[in-house]
Amino acid sequence: MIELPLKFKLYPQYKYHTHSSSLYRESLIADASGALYWPSENLLVISDMHLEKGSSSAAKGMFLPPYDTRDTLLRLANVIKSYKAKTIVSLGDSFHDKLAFNRIRREDLEFLHLIQDGRRWIWINGNHDPEIPSKVGGECFDELQINGLILRHKPSSKKSIYEIAGHMHPSAKISLYGKNIRRPCFIFNRKRLIMPAFGSYTGGLNILDSAFVPLFRDDKFCVWMQGDKDIYPIDINKLQKDRTPV
Amino acid sequence: MQPSVCLPVLFQKWFTEKGWEPRPHQLQLLEKGRAGRSTLLIAPTGAGKTLAGFLPTLDDLMSSPERIHNGAGLHTLYISPLKALAVDIERNLKIPINDMELPITVETRSGDTSQAKRRRQRTRPPDILLTTPEQLALLLSNQDGAFLFKDLKTVIIDELHVLAGSKRGDLLALGLTQLRSIVSNLLTIGLSATVARPTELRAYLMPQYNPARQIDIADLVYLKSQIEPNISILKTKKPLPWFGHASRHAITEIYDKIQKHRLTLIFVNTRSQAELLFQELWNANEDNLPIALHHGSLNSERRRKVEAAMVKGGLKAVVCTSTLDLGIDWGDVDLVINIGAPKGASRLIQRIGRSNHRLDEPSKALLVPSNRFEVLECRAAMDAVQTNSQDAILIRTGTLDVLAQHIMSVACAGPFMMNNLYLEVRSAQPYSDLSREMFERVLDFVSTGGYALRAYERFARIKLTKDGQLRLAHPRLAKQHRLNIGTIITSPMINIRLIRHSMRSSKRKGKTLIGGKILGEVEEYFISELKIGDAFVFAGQVLRFEGMRETEAYVSQATSLDPIIPSYQGGKFPLSTNLAVRVRKMLADGGANLGLPTPVTEWLQLQRDASILPNANEVLVETFLRQKRSYLVVYPFEGRLAHQTLGMLLTRRLQRADLHPLGFVANDYALSIWCARDIGYILETGASSIAQLFDEDMLGDDLEAWLAESGLMKRTFRMCAVIAGLIERHHPGKTKTGRQMTASSDLMFDMLRKYDPNHVLLEAAWNDAATGLLDIARLGQFLNRIKGQIRHINLNKVSPLSVPILLEIGREWVQLDESDDLLRHVTLELVSEAGLM
Repeated sequence: MIELPLKFKLYPQYKYHTHSSSLYRESLIADASGALYWPSENLLVISDMHLEKGSSSAAKGMFLPPYDTRDTLLRLANVIKSYKAKTIVSLGDSFHDKLAFNRIRREDLEFLHLIQDGRRWIWINGNHDPEIPSKVGGECFDELQINGLILRHKPSSKKSIYEIAGHMHPSAKISLYGKNIRRPCFIFNRKRLIMPAFGSYTGGLNILDSAFVPLFRDDKFCVWMQGDKDIYPIDINKLQKDRTPV
Repeated sequence: MQPSVCLPVLFQKWFTEKGWEPRPHQLQLLEKGRAGRSTLLIAPTGAGKTLAGFLPTLDDLMSSPERIHNGAGLHTLYISPLKALAVDIERNLKIPINDMELPITVETRSGDTSQAKRRRQRTRPPDILLTTPEQLALLLSNQDGAFLFKDLKTVIIDELHVLAGSKRGDLLALGLTQLRSIVSNLLTIGLSATVARPTELRAYLMPQYNPARQIDIADLVYLKSQIEPNISILKTKKPLPWFGHASRHAITEIYDKIQKHRLTLIFVNTRSQAELLFQELWNANEDNLPIALHHGSLNSERRRKVEAAMVKGGLKAVVCTSTLDLGIDWGDVDLVINIGAPKGASRLIQRIGRSNHRLDEPSKALLVPSNRFEVLECRAAMDAVQTNSQDAILIRTGTLDVLAQHIMSVACAGPFMMNNLYLEVRSAQPYSDLSREMFERVLDFVSTGGYALRAYERFARIKLTKDGQLRLAHPRLAKQHRLNIGTIITSPMINIRLIRHSMRSSKRKGKTLIGGKILGEVEEYFISELKIGDAFVFAGQVLRFEGMRETEAYVSQATSLDPIIPSYQGGKFPLSTNLAVRVRKMLADGGANLGLPTPVTEWLQLQRDASILPNANEVLVETFLRQKRSYLVVYPFEGRLAHQTLGMLLTRRLQRADLHPLGFVANDYALSIWCARDIGYILETGASSIAQLFDEDMLGDDLEAWLAESGLMKRTFRMCAVIAGLIERHHPGKTKTGRQMTASSDLMFDMLRKYDPNHVLLEAAWNDAATGLLDIARLGQFLNRIKGQIRHINLNKVSPLSVPILLEIGREWVQLDESDDLLRHVTLELVSEAGLM
């Protein structure tokens, strides 16, 4: 119930500087949905959708609501529509497991084809979905290089590379007014950006976890947290660790 | 009427040797038992209730000694809400058994019982097993339940008034139906403190086969307390505070009373109040009196120590919460002090019964109100106790999440027929109105998730066999299910461990923490707010937070003048309807002829002069301006939960009317909302009417819209989801942490609302919210009651009656439900630090 004097615009842009033999800069837009838009290429990146995660739990006897694939694809369709993106790159772990293609409902698959229609659609292979069958549509690559920037599923820890990756499911936790908020986030420095997981049922790994140390060694990184309506830059000194082991 | 039965000779001899005489109600129970009549015994504490309950069992076992040689199964099950109670009963029961050298075996079974003993109990059961509703549910989910219970004669349910009307009571009621399907003619004996409507409890004890035609009720043996308790309100030298619940002003007088009595029990309503009061008493304790602390967060070993010391007479006083409410005999208590508001007459009667645990002496109790409103409430409670007017246990229908858990347990025990199970479930009193359609929806939820999108048919947990039976799909599912049985979902707890010493390592900056003993546990969210070095009060000591190690918080002893008191979620009881009615009436009379303390009568007189005192049927709404803000204060006396819900709904409404509400605060008596625009003016000019503002229709769309975002609703849903088995509490081998569970249950909630709004679990959560955390039922009754009875007074300054609630502003968090607000806040801080704003 607090009236705030200043409101953020729906998608604040941030400047993502990349650097190679000749100096140039690319401007990217981090969207509140967890997607990343690259205006000069008219390209949209999403990562770690984990489609059919719900039905995978059901096979183990836990009946999570079976609407995660539909929900993830609907959100994807919305964000594609709002940017009118012509190329879509799904950065790996798009499907939760190798049997997901058998379990996916016909209606959901048809909906996916509908979104793909008229666009270039690229699947980057992930560890959960190393081989994507052709019935799903689109092209498959292990990694992709665009304007000197590498798009791949697992981030490398090499220093000299400029990359956008997924796999880690970064989440940030902050506390305010006795409330904890833990949300997916973008985490990046001048050379590397890790995407939040886009799937409706994907969990997250706290960015203060040691797994992020080799990726962001110099402690100079930025964190943008996903809210329900906006995306919020967070002071990294405010970040909190998870109290219990994940 | 004198019962015509007599005790078995051996028993009579034992009584005579002890110099006792069996009491009439004990003989009456024996008579009922011999006649095979299920019975509810209502008696005050100290009446030998437990022995009365066991008499039929001992009698029957003594008259059939051949049982023992036949390797018979369990004879009697004793169910109590507390593990500790079972242990205590075991000790007491063994006295007559050992004295008379009876060949009767008595054992307890709880979560602490060793695996080996549990296994043995299932193959060679004792004659009498003392346990809890959860343990019974576990036993019944096993395939050998039929063997274990084949000779069962009697079920004794202690503290029935505590169990019935809760989810644990639902679980137990369903367990009873399962027992009845194994043995017919089960004798049930309920033991209860005095309640307003015993009929409901009597029906609970009986199978309901045709409730449409006739409700079957158990017999009643009712023993009234003959002697009125001696209750008074403590008078203090220091003036009565305007707000707060700590009763700091009364420490000197409380300490004085402790000195003058043998053993004083001091009851408070929450664990944080217990910590605070204990600390204050400790500071006042110049004579080094042995004073102890007892509450649910302390570890059990510490609690057992305190209990043992009480029994031995080694203590002068114990500060405690509801953990000591229930019927264990804790030594020679001769004074009970109740701090703060009693909240309900029944609870107060129960607490007062802790003193002079003998029927022939009056119990002595002192009430200590900690603010002006609480004086009215204490006075109302005193009158209610003296006229023995009890709070009613609400009539409620059995919850659906517990039913889901039960159906899965039944499936784990063996194949079943759908129709038989439906009839069996309906024979439980809480479920006697359950429709066939609802039963099938819950069954469908258990087998395939119950989703509108029939996606999981092929993974069904329960499958139909060719002979029409329903059968568990895989034994692995039973193992999983048993780890999740129970209905008590607590917030995730963190152990508090005292460090033995910390080694400073020269090479590294950090310290190595070496763990010592565990002091107890505290909710995870409290710990997550602490920074290393923060001081807080726990277990009666000031502690310094040293850091986390895995799931434990390491602390050291510290001295700090300004420690934080942990806040606990549990233990905040809302004001009972019974007392609320009395308080409203008292207010209408201006507290006349009650001998209330002068500050209170003066306060009410000032209110009458400055505003009005509403009559008992009216509700008062005051508006006034203060420091450029417009305040609306309403005094419903319906309890904090209902007021919070009302606050959320009114705020939405005021927002829509462009009055710019800025925040609200609620307590048990009143609710205050403040706005940027003048509400009083708008109401007076008729631009918006007070009747519209409080119209019942706020419980429609407004409520629906708010619930979608409400953290309370999500919490309620989480509990349902865990109990119903949608989300697992435990996996074999690993315990899910609270955070993971919270995150995923919120997701499930959002998904269901979006894609499956008629899902049975949403319905279950809604039903719970109506009676539980949101108290919508009570709010609905209130809005209906006040139609045409709203007195709006527009004042030019703060009214005397509104002072206590206004003083709470800033002490309570203003509700911020939307995470985006918080995130925006953090971002703004960043922006302003950078000098951009």
